Amino acid sequence: MIDPALPPHMRPDKSFQGLILALHAFWADKGCAVLQPYDMEVGAGTFHPATTLRALGPKHWKAAYVQPSRRPKDGRYGENPNRLQHYYQYQVILKPSPANLQDLYLASLEAIGIDLNLHDVRFVEDDWESPTLGAWGLGWECWCDGMEVSQFTYFQQVAGFECTPVSGELTYGLERLAMYVQGVENVYDLNFNGREGDEKVTYGDVFLQAEQEYSRHNFEFADTDMLFEQFRMAESAAAKYLEAGWSADRSRHLMAQPAYDQCIKASHVFNLLDARGVISVTERQSYILRVRELAKACGAAWLATDAGGAPAA
Amino acid sequence: MPDLLLELFSEEIPARMQADAAETLRKLVTDALVERGLVYEGAKAFVTPRRLALAVHGLPAGQPDSHEERKGPRVGAPEGAIQGFLKAAGLESIEQAIVESDPKKGDFYLARIHRPGRPTPEVVAEIVPAIIRSFPWPKSMRWGSGSLRWVRPLQSILCTFGPETEEPEVVPFEVDGIASGAVTQGHRFLAPGAIRVRRLEDWMAKLETAFVVADRERRKDIILADAKDLALAQGLELVEDAGLLDEICGLVEWPVVLMGTFDESFLDVPDEVIRATIRANQKCFVLKDPASGRLANRFILVSNLKASDGGKAIIAGNERVIRARLSDAKFFWDTDRRTNATVPLAERLEKFANVTFHEKLGSQFERIERIAALAETLAPLVGADAKLAREAALYAKSDLRTEVVGEFPEVQGLMGKYYARLEGLPEEIALAAEEHYKPQGPSDRVPTAPVSVAVALADKLDTLVGFWSIDEKPTGSKDPYALRRAALGVVRLVLENGLRLRLAEIVEPELLIFFADRLKVHLREQGARHDLVDAVFALPGQDDILLIVKRVEALGRFLATDDGRTLLAGYKRAANILRIEEKKDGVSYAGGVDLVLLHEPEERALAEAIAKVGEPIEKALEAENFEAAMGEMATLRAPVDAFFDKVTVNAPDPALRVNRLRLLADIRTATRAIADFDRIEG
Repeated sequence: MIDPALPPHMRPDKSFQGLILALHAFWADKGCAVLQPYDMEVGAGTFHPATTLRALGPKHWKAAYVQPSRRPKDGRYGENPNRLQHYYQYQVILKPSPANLQDLYLASLEAIGIDLNLHDVRFVEDDWESPTLGAWGLGWECWCDGMEVSQFTYFQQVAGFECTPVSGELTYGLERLAMYVQGVENVYDLNFNGREGDEKVTYGDVFLQAEQEYSRHNFEFADTDMLFEQFRMAESAAAKYLEAGWSADRSRHLMAQPAYDQCIKASHVFNLLDARGVISVTERQSYILRVRELAKACGAAWLATDAGGAPAA
Repeated sequence: MPDLLLELFSEEIPARMQADAAETLRKLVTDALVERGLVYEGAKAFVTPRRLALAVHGLPAGQPDSHEERKGPRVGAPEGAIQGFLKAAGLESIEQAIVESDPKKGDFYLARIHRPGRPTPEVVAEIVPAIIRSFPWPKSMRWGSGSLRWVRPLQSILCTFGPETEEPEVVPFEVDGIASGAVTQGHRFLAPGAIRVRRLEDWMAKLETAFVVADRERRKDIILADAKDLALAQGLELVEDAGLLDEICGLVEWPVVLMGTFDESFLDVPDEVIRATIRANQKCFVLKDPASGRLANRFILVSNLKASDGGKAIIAGNERVIRARLSDAKFFWDTDRRTNATVPLAERLEKFANVTFHEKLGSQFERIERIAALAETLAPLVGADAKLAREAALYAKSDLRTEVVGEFPEVQGLMGKYYARLEGLPEEIALAAEEHYKPQGPSDRVPTAPVSVAVALADKLDTLVGFWSIDEKPTGSKDPYALRRAALGVVRLVLENGLRLRLAEIVEPELLIFFADRLKVHLREQGARHDLVDAVFALPGQDDILLIVKRVEALGRFLATDDGRTLLAGYKRAANILRIEEKKDGVSYAGGVDLVLLHEPEERALAEAIAKVGEPIEKALEAENFEAAMGEMATLRAPVDAFFDKVTVNAPDPALRVNRLRLLADIRTATRAIADFDRIEG
């Protein structure tokens, strides 16, 4: 339940920022390290090294963070009330997945103002797979009154490696949830800062122009020659860092994360090229495979680091 | 007699897997019980989103005792053999064995092993963990730090055993740290907390008060009945959907059926699109206005919660999502109509040049061009206007690039029809857009409008010829491009429209064999004798499906007559003799009967009959009058009969013998005009 003493600019049902703050408070309370977004363009919160890499290896891990996610193809020039090429995911990873993860998730919904005696929350089968990350898991999409508000996944494999222990991943679609709890039909009408009148900042004030500009960029003007070149460069840099990072006996790796950055880069560049429609159906598969190869190699490197649980040198 | 109750309580099981899982659990447990001598009276499985359960009635309290005699080595056998025997029989020393005397072999050891039956709970405690560990879920997972696999995390196990009159006991076992008990959980929101359970009746009743309907069929009944009531109260009719009902009953433990509304303006969108939107994305039912037959602006949702506000918030939430979904659908529908109105078809078609149909078969555009050319060629054969057939084929796939079909692939074809009408195209083209995909399977409707038929044939033939040419043929159970379905579609289109099509002019010989196989399967399903189909296919040049079928039918009727049966018997006799004698002589006889050597009246009569029958049969066949051809053939019956009655084929005079064998060969040749009688059974 929401603390009635909270001012609107802190309340999850009155402001977009309040929603984020409420989730931060909730998950911090459950022992998560509340991290900041990763400083690179990614297609989903899962790409953050705090999820992808930390899901690998034996070490326990609890983290929560907001991650801006870019889906160049989903741009609609700011004209669609629901679709954005840039939006926020709230990401929680708990490793190993606790036995009461579903209860924790439901409590988090209550914390942002969803009354479970009034709303129909359901767990509907949804198998998750990321071909580019070589990852898959089983879980559900979580429905609230027929609307998908979160993804709930038990990671089985990441970067081609079995996950032991298994991480539980929760991904909240923040805009969608905010629209629901604020009772707003158009994402751009969301109250961002919880103020009214002159002081009110809407989601549209912050992002509408960006959506228009980036849609133009993603679909019409993104420099494809440059992007093809960037893909190639990221791919070869990743390979270079991966090779250079291995110790002489190949038991330890010293540059897993810089290599993984290049993998993220390649993935995003591929998404941009895809949005520009310059990648044919057959080529598409081969690009995805190339990124996956990078992800797998980065996963192998990570497992040879301290945080990846490699035995001390 | 005691009962067993087992409940595996987990996080939400995917709806599509529930029914099978319940049946599998029942089978695995009861089979394992019976295998161990525990015969039961009845068993019933239950499944909800969060639990998989099984009740087994009338089990004995324990296994029956078993007795076994095991023969050992002879007395005085080497020590190794004795030790091996003791180990195998479970004896501690040889003194425990009995010495038996055998008159032939002498004295030998014998162990009488008496095994007391184990109590049933002990057996259950052994069976169930093994079944849990190896349960065949279509997809299973691990969770936390454990290694157990289940469809989703398994949280608790309830397992009790005991007679009705007594307090049942918990069957104790443990699976990956989960110990069995007598406790379950009620509805996640409506009755959270532990519930202590004794046996089935108790379990069902307590769950029911804890807002869980354990019986899947009963949940279905409730949903259907409540949905119909709600519809009726509004003067509407529920559009029933068995698949959707199956899915929904796997998403709720306590079904609460509610009705929502959407804006009437969305009814501009075709019914099928509204239904697809609401069904696929929201898993809701749609309603029909019985007066107009069209959809009403209402929908039925099934929630899992008896909400404290009577469901107002749930309805409002669902309406909101459906509004957004229908706005999308309407936007797609409007966009498509605008595009179709402003961009000429040719220009839209060009876009297909960038869409690969198959790596080795070129673009979608090239494919459409091929289909159009073929439809134009086929048009005269099916009574369609060639130009119209071509245009219809060019149009038929155009909806694949529309927004609506992009979002809802299941309405392909149908949208093409709607858009064609809106564009004011001839009705034949509109119909062909929808019908050219038909028939989709053995029970789907076959189009009859000539233009539709031309495009439907062209579409399927192009697919078959294309994939055949790149060696992508169906193998075993694998048929990724649904080529069997396409071939059956061609067969049904031809037969049900009475079309004359020389397939050999269109397809290569190997593909023709594939068609023959499909036709055989089809005819067999219709009840035709497969040997008759084979008998006709064995003739050369059989590539006209309609004629083949007519011939098979006529042959079947002929063989049902006395003449037919007797002639077939005569033929078989002739063929047998020929087979034996030809093998002996190392030659095969054909033609060359010497009339001078025909001494007996019966052999002369037969030769004359054969000579006489050739021409009328040929004429009848030319006229495709198989009945008449069979009638002519029937005239051979009497002379064949008389011949075998009176004439000895293997005459002592070699010249006579050879001449008679040639006469038999003539019977064979004559019947070949109609079918290969060798392939006919009986």
